[in-house]
Amino acid sequence: MQVRPRKPDTSYPWPALGLVAAVWVALYAFNRSLWDWVVLDLFGLEAGSHAGDGVHFFLYDTVKIGLLLVGVIFVVTVVRTFISVERTRELLGGRRQVAGYALAAVLGVATPFCSCSAVPVFIGFVAAGVQLGITMTFLIASPLVNEVAVVLVGGSFGWHIAGLYVATGLTIAVTAGVVIGRLGLERWVEPFVYETRLGAAPIGQRPSWRERLAIGRDEVAVILRRIWPFVLAGVGIGAVIHGWAPEGFFARYAGADDPLAVPLAVVLGIPLYSNAAGAIPLVEALHAKGVALGTSLAFMMSIVALSLPEIVLLRRVLRPRLLAIFVAVVAAGILAVGSLFNLVL
Amino acid sequence: MNIKVLGAGCANCHTLEKRTIDALARIGSEASVEMVTDYAAILGYGVMGTPALVVDEQVVLSGRVPEVEELDEILAGSVPAL
Repeated sequence: MQVRPRKPDTSYPWPALGLVAAVWVALYAFNRSLWDWVVLDLFGLEAGSHAGDGVHFFLYDTVKIGLLLVGVIFVVTVVRTFISVERTRELLGGRRQVAGYALAAVLGVATPFCSCSAVPVFIGFVAAGVQLGITMTFLIASPLVNEVAVVLVGGSFGWHIAGLYVATGLTIAVTAGVVIGRLGLERWVEPFVYETRLGAAPIGQRPSWRERLAIGRDEVAVILRRIWPFVLAGVGIGAVIHGWAPEGFFARYAGADDPLAVPLAVVLGIPLYSNAAGAIPLVEALHAKGVALGTSLAFMMSIVALSLPEIVLLRRVLRPRLLAIFVAVVAAGILAVGSLFNLVL
Repeated sequence: MNIKVLGAGCANCHTLEKRTIDALARIGSEASVEMVTDYAAILGYGVMGTPALVVDEQVVLSGRVPEVEELDEILAGSVPAL
């Protein structure tokens, strides 16, 4: 591993940040015209032809998603340097009303923690006296309403759909938490969780703005390095469907009036583990070829919120019965949202 | 120096373990690195974000994998950071 020379601490970050932001906006604004010119004029592919549409979709969408990911991950990560899991736990301790659940859902979205920390967070919350239901709301909201997913849904389906996605995702998290809380399932948590003696939370120092921006930049690099194969695969499959699948191909099998489409989408989404960045181009292309919007969103939510690796991980702290209820409640929530979307849109 | 990496086997935890071993070799330390994978023990340090790094029973870092040079600084004993 090579050691990157460190910038001196006295550097002033704002001009560089402004320059990067300007380049970002320019690229985003001219993305479509650029690929129109390259694909249609330079290479002479025909608009409306299989190859023309497929190739154009792939290039345009890869750049668009890349730009959105860089922008959103950066901004969200910098905002999150102001929030910590420990502070969130303080805010949620001792709450039991619906307002507490709503707060847990919002904090689940805003608090920085990766899914690999779900188990220590669960123990840390429950052992510190945060209600089981509120803890579950927090843990469900976090992957379900994912900032990357919100932006990609907005870019692909429009921002009103992204708003609906956020609202319904938070509703699922709150409802699932309330249900689990009301059922009184505390005895189905592995007993060691309650016996865990928590050490004092480590005290962090407040980072400077330069450090916050550096954390954001590093996070962009880390996440892109991890997810780029998913993105390319998702966009690639999307491009093939976009260019070659006949119009209305999926409408015959997964149209809005098919009662089995949404349940099937949820079930298919559980073993398919991807992050939102890979799932959305795929879902967007499916939708473009006739899969109903509710079905598409249910598929995406199931892919990102219910994953086999996470279920296996949670088994360490949840007994099978509670784990099954957790999966069932979340799946039911996604099912309800997907069906509702299909009905009203 | 007593060094522990807290984390129950996630990819980031292994990355931190490897970087810590590399960093110790670079700064010429003989300290050994112990992996703590038991959740109760991890929570005993008050840590909810894994991976975390513990030096002489003090949590010096949690919830992320530091850059190589930052790790060098932490282990060289200059800056505690979270």
